[in-house]
This record gives sequence, C-alpha cells and structure tokens, in this order.
Amino acid sequence: MPHPDAVAPPTADAPTPPTVTPPTVTPSTVDGPEADLRPEARRELDAILLDGTLTYRQRVQRLAAFAENLRPMPPLRAATREALDARVICDMYEGNAPYRPRYLLPDYAAALANGSAYLELPPPRDLAEATWFLASMYANVPSITGYPVYLGDLDALLAPYADGLSEDAIVEALRPFWRALDRMLPDAFVHANLGPEDTPMLRAILRLERELRQVVPNLSLKVAPGVTPDDLLRDATETVFACAKPHFVNDPMMRADHGEGYAAVSCYNSLKIGGGAHTLVRINLKEVALRHEGDTEAFFTTTLPHDVEATAELMEARIRHLVERSGFFEHDWLVQEGLVQLDRFSAMFGVFGLAEAVNVLMERAGASGRYGHDADANALGHRIVRTIAGLVADRPQPYCDGFDGRAMMHAQSGIDLDVDVTAGTRIPIGEEPDLYRHLMAVAPHHAVFAAGVSDIVHFDDTARRNPDAVVDVIKGAMATGMRDVTFNLDSNDFVRITGYLVKKSDLAAIEAGARHGSTYLGAGNEAQAHCTQRATKRVVAAERQAGGRG
Amino acid sequence: MTLPRPLPADAAARAVRLAPDGADAGGVRGLVSGTIPFSAVDGPGNRFAVFLQGCNMDCPACHNPHTIRVCDDCGACVDGCPTAALEVVGGAVRWRPDACIGCDACIAACPDASSPKARSVTPDALVAEVRPVAPFLSGVTVSGGEATQQATFVRAFFAALAADPTTARLTRFVDGNGLTPPAVWDALEPVMDGAMIDLKAFDDDAHRALTGTPVAPVKASIDRLAARGLLHEVRLLIVPGRNDAPDALHRAATWLAGVAPDVHVRVTGFRRHGVRPGASGWREPTAREIRGYGDAVRAAGLANVTVV
Repeated sequence: MPHPDAVAPPTADAPTPPTVTPPTVTPSTVDGPEADLRPEARRELDAILLDGTLTYRQRVQRLAAFAENLRPMPPLRAATREALDARVICDMYEGNAPYRPRYLLPDYAAALANGSAYLELPPPRDLAEATWFLASMYANVPSITGYPVYLGDLDALLAPYADGLSEDAIVEALRPFWRALDRMLPDAFVHANLGPEDTPMLRAILRLERELRQVVPNLSLKVAPGVTPDDLLRDATETVFACAKPHFVNDPMMRADHGEGYAAVSCYNSLKIGGGAHTLVRINLKEVALRHEGDTEAFFTTTLPHDVEATAELMEARIRHLVERSGFFEHDWLVQEGLVQLDRFSAMFGVFGLAEAVNVLMERAGASGRYGHDADANALGHRIVRTIAGLVADRPQPYCDGFDGRAMMHAQSGIDLDVDVTAGTRIPIGEEPDLYRHLMAVAPHHAVFAAGVSDIVHFDDTARRNPDAVVDVIKGAMATGMRDVTFNLDSNDFVRITGYLVKKSDLAAIEAGARHGSTYLGAGNEAQAHCTQRATKRVVAAERQAGGRG
Repeated sequence: MTLPRPLPADAAARAVRLAPDGADAGGVRGLVSGTIPFSAVDGPGNRFAVFLQGCNMDCPACHNPHTIRVCDDCGACVDGCPTAALEVVGGAVRWRPDACIGCDACIAACPDASSPKARSVTPDALVAEVRPVAPFLSGVTVSGGEATQQATFVRAFFAALAADPTTARLTRFVDGNGLTPPAVWDALEPVMDGAMIDLKAFDDDAHRALTGTPVAPVKASIDRLAARGLLHEVRLLIVPGRNDAPDALHRAATWLAGVAPDVHVRVTGFRRHGVRPGASGWREPTAREIRGYGDAVRAAGLANVTVV
C-alpha cells in the first residue's frame, strides 16, 4: 500500500499540471492471433489473468491448473465418469494429468545428514546452516498445493544443532526462520510436526508460536502416554488458546499403522515419511445415499460396493498416470536422492458426508434418530465406515506398497465447494451434542482412518481459565482411541476451516486480496458451510482451484 | 426478606419414595437434579459434575432456583404438563423422561418453584455413569442445590468411587454453600479431596439479606477446611449495592488472606440470567467495577485471584 503522502492531493499552491491534448486520431487496434479456446475456457482464463486481487503466485498456480485441465482425464468406465460428473465421487480438482504426488513427505533427516547433490549443499554444521538448508529444500519440494505440505518433525530435526543452547537462545535463533516460514510459504496446508518427547527445542517452538501467531506452519503435536508429560500438553494447550495450534495426534496409534516414520501433514493426513500419497479421491456419502434405491441392506450389498469401486477406479487411473506417464518417479531430485521412495507411497480414499447419509437412510427406514445423537444412527454410521474400509482393504491399488498395496482410509475434511454436506465423519456444525457424547459418537471411527480423521472440538471461553480441563480431554481422547484431536476456541483470531487455519481479520479483508492462498478457500468454506457461524462474506476467488485441499 | 425455613420435604426421603419397588428399598439413595459429564468450571481439570436437589439457602440471586426446594409430591404440576410426562403413582409424583419436552411448565406450576424431575439414584448407579467418562476426567464434583444436605449419599457415592478401580484415581470435590455443620464435614472429609465454598457476603446482615442465613457457619467451614488443607477455592459473588462496599470487601479479603493466603479466590459479578423475580431488578456490575473488586481482593494479600 502506498504511503498516504505518496500521492499528494493538489493544493492551491501547487502548480497546475500542463494540459495534455488527446490525439485527434485514435489508431485502430488489431487482435493478435488467438489460441483455439472454447468460450468457456476463455472466460476461465480471463478470470485468472484479469483478477488483480490474486497475487502473482496465485495466478501462476491457477494458470498451471488451467493448462493441465486442457488435457483430458485418464480414461474411465462410463459409470465411473458419470459418478464423477455427478460429484458422487470427486478427484478434489487435483487436475486431469497429475505430474507430482499430492502429498510428499521428504526424509529431511537424511538430507540434513548427507547433504544434497541437487541442491549443492553440504550437511549443515550449526543451527543457522540447518534452517537455511531446510528453507532451501522447501523451495524445491512439490505437492498438490505448490508448497511443501510437510516441513519435517522440526523439533527433532533441529535439536541436534541446538545442543547446549538455552530455550531463550533457541527462541532468538529460530525467530527469523519461523517468520520466514509464514512469509515464504503462505499456505496453511504447510505443516510441521513436534513431539512426542519434551525438549527445549519443542518448548521454544511453542513459545514462538504463541508470540508470532502465524497461520503458517500448521502444527501437530505427537502425543504418547508415558512419554509426553502433562506439563507439555498444558503448554501446548496454552498455545492452542493463543493461535488455535497444534493438533494432537495419537502417536502409538499412528505408529501401529505406519511405523515410526510417519507425520501428519496438510489437513490431518497421516502418511509415511520418505513417502506420501499419490492422490486423494473421495466419495460423497450423502450423494451415494440420495441416489440409492432400495432398503438399507441393499445399500450395503449393492450401492456401496458399486460406488466404492468407482472411487477406486478413478484413484487407480490417476495413480497410473502419475507413476507410469508423468516421469516424476524417474526424474525428481527427491526420488533420485532417495528422500522419497515409491515403495513408501499409497493413496488416500476419502469419505465425507457420513452424517447426511446416515440421516437419509434413517428417514427412509422410518426412523427419526439423527447422526451424533441417536445410538441406532451412530451404529449405522459405524457400519457404513467399516463396510467401506473392508471394500477398500479388498481392492488392490498399484504402486501403493507404502500401505500393503491398498489405499488408506481418510475422513476427508471438506473443501470450499461443499454445500450442505458435512466433512468426513463429523457431526454437522451446530448439531454437535455435548462434548462427551460428541467424542463417544465419533471416536469409534478413528481406528479405521489410518490416513487421518478430523473432529474439531469446540470449547467455550471458560476453558481458557482451566487449561488442565483441556489436557484431560486430550488424554481421554487418546485413551479412548481417537487418532486426531483438534480444538477450536470461540474467541481467538483464528478460525479452523476444514483443518487449516485462517485469520478472521484476513477473512474480513478478503475482497482486497489475501497473502495466504488458503484464505480464499477459507472464504469459500465460510460462505458455504457457515463454519464460523458469522455473516457470510462475498467470495471473489475462483473456486475450482487445483487440488482443493484435504 | 426471605427468612430461613425448613425444607418442605427431605431430599433423601423423596429419593426413597421414587425408588423402584423393591430396588434398594433399604439402601442409600440420592436425589439428583442433573449431571454434566464434562465440566471445566467445577474445580481442577475436567470434572463430572453432579447437581443434587435441595438447598438450605434461599438466594434471590440463585441461577438454578428450581434446585432449591424438594418436591413434596403435592401434585400441582401434574395437570399442567402438556405431554402428560408427570403422574402420581403410589403417592409420589413421577416423571417420564421419554415423554418430556423440557418446557418447564411443571416448575412454573410448582408452589415452591421446584422441579419434579430430579431423579433417584443409588451410589453404585451413579458410579456406573462416571465410569465410561473416567478417562477424560481429573475428578468428580458434587454441587447443587446444596450437596452436603445429602451428605449420607455423598459419602456413600465418594466411597464407591474410591472403591472402583476405574474411578479410584479421580479426585472427589464438594462444591457447597458453607452452612454445613462440623459433624457433616467430619463424615465427608475422609472420602473427599477438596471443597469449593461460596462466601456470599462477609457481614452477617448482608449475608442474611442475600441468602436468608447467618454467615458464621460459612466462615467456620472455610476456616476448618483451610486448616485441613481441603479448601480448594472460595467464590465471592458480588452484587452492586448489596455486598460490594469497599470496606466489607477489604475485610473479607483480609480475613481470607489470614485463613488461607494461597487459596484460589474466584470473584464473580452478579448476573441476572436465570434468577427469580426477586433479583431480576438488581443491577449487574460493569466490567470496570468487577475489575475493581478483583483489585480490592488482591490488595489484601491474596495472590491467587481470578476475576470472572
């Protein structure tokens, strides 16, 4: 924004600018040769090129998605294509010709230990070199968003370079790096992990988070009973009060599914370090239920298997294009240096709209119980999820050795285009029962969703005066088999949308443009799902941005 | 001014009347107006809160006045229920939760503004309700009403919590009005871990005006619990013009600082929400006034003060 004095208004004393006489003859203009575009595509292109509220990078990213989608999708059976067009199944608008995996989790520890030939960097020797080394890597790590979705388990990665430094000294040394993460990677899907061990590095990072209150990085704390002390959970809870981060993840449960080398990235996606997810394809259970004809049993024996197979086919086609045609796994530097390995990849099978599906089936069966409130409705929800999990476990997927040749279940937390359909297996916004019954209704799902599940737990402001109560709930949730726990407090400046954060002040300012790409998604989601329960904002951004996150 | 009056019916007796035929006929039962599985405002950490029916104070500023009096089975509410969720069986008014729409017409019809919906439970049955919630809890708090009015039940409930392996680690707290006599504390202290007590006014006349009861027993309870290391929190509810005189606040805080300098003190400004007509015209303090109350309390040397 220019300084207010930069363009001074004319004053009485100011000299009158010379009058410019317009040319009397306007030269005629001639259109240049134009690419062969359908009018609809031309409009889409102009919406990017002529929208000054988008930053340069946001435009470049959208242009790339536009260009990718000039190419047709990989071939699909007619029934699958029909389900996709009806958005019963959804490719997350990742783009028609995937040329990089959706989520990559580079093995940053190996890079720091060995240096990188591609980056022409030797192994770092101190904290400053280590942070610059990582920042250099981040600039070269792709993902569906164009930004790295995983920054590493930063406490563990950086602790060896801070040996002997006090917590205060670490805070001072790390502050420029932490600020730069938010400024260089302006996307709330950029995610760092911490824990489960308590270290001065971890404490310093939490302090920085409370001090800087940035959208980036999104943050998960791994929690292990007997390893993660209550005092650290309390510190993390105070951090949630300040900036709505971190998420809490159930470390023993994750290790059981993925082994020691896992991380939570983007929005609640738990994947293998040194690998990732080729793609995320999701099934809209609300639409599946609405299109279903017949009784509840037929839903399980006929409709679900049909639509799950359609989802799996779309997934397979996308994986094959990425691995067999794009050349990524032959040529990308992360692959060549062994920082990601194809055999640590799988794909994510997302489900959403469970609440509506359950309510539709209950109504058709003449029952009044609603998901989240009624034992029969909840049991039906659990049966749907377990049935899908069984079908997915029986359906081989190519190049998914990272999960025994199968896709991983994921409760997909929604994108901004979703209207009147609830994220993942959540209870609809505004319908949540009291917290205990809420957790009891959703906890049984968590075991199934190896690739992550999101249930956002709302606390009112009284919790701020009693952080130990929040710590109790975290420990209880883990003990009860919840995989991921995220809190939202009514009164801080952040609002958690589907799994990522936006600042309320940025939402309010969106018509003037926003620095974080994800703020646009947040604005769309805010308008569609009323997830802040506040007045909706006009949406200026194009919705079909490649790869609507999850 | 409302004067202290005896409870029209004893809570324990009503709990026995409501007991299913033959079930624990001779056993201890409690009369419970409600439970909350997660509470962040009833003591340390997350707590299972049990609200017992019946209170021996009669405060106009009470936010839950339907928990003060105990149903005496007069039946005045039965005909007023729009969904026939109330009936008189064997001389007792019984409530059918499945038919209830929660309109509270029963409370409006009650000459004592009481609720007929308080339920009768055994200690073991209440422990069974706590058990599945236990992983999420620091402890259990009994509140009210006035929990110590049902001390026999509370003692049995706490003992049962301590005996159950799932709930034994939970701390057991009493949230009370402080009128509790020494003999009742004698009975409860062996099975409880802490107490939170309201000090609704420091001077006797103000206390009588706000609660209908004298203040001396409340001070005695605070003194006693502090001496035994069981006083977790003292609440000061401040009503402008009734108990907010600076010198009274100062004397209350100075006395508290002498009795329990480290006790957690919660200073709360009066709110009209839910109160009966007697207090609905009382003025709520401004945010600035409430901050002033907090400052006055801290000035007396109390370090652990929260202003709400």
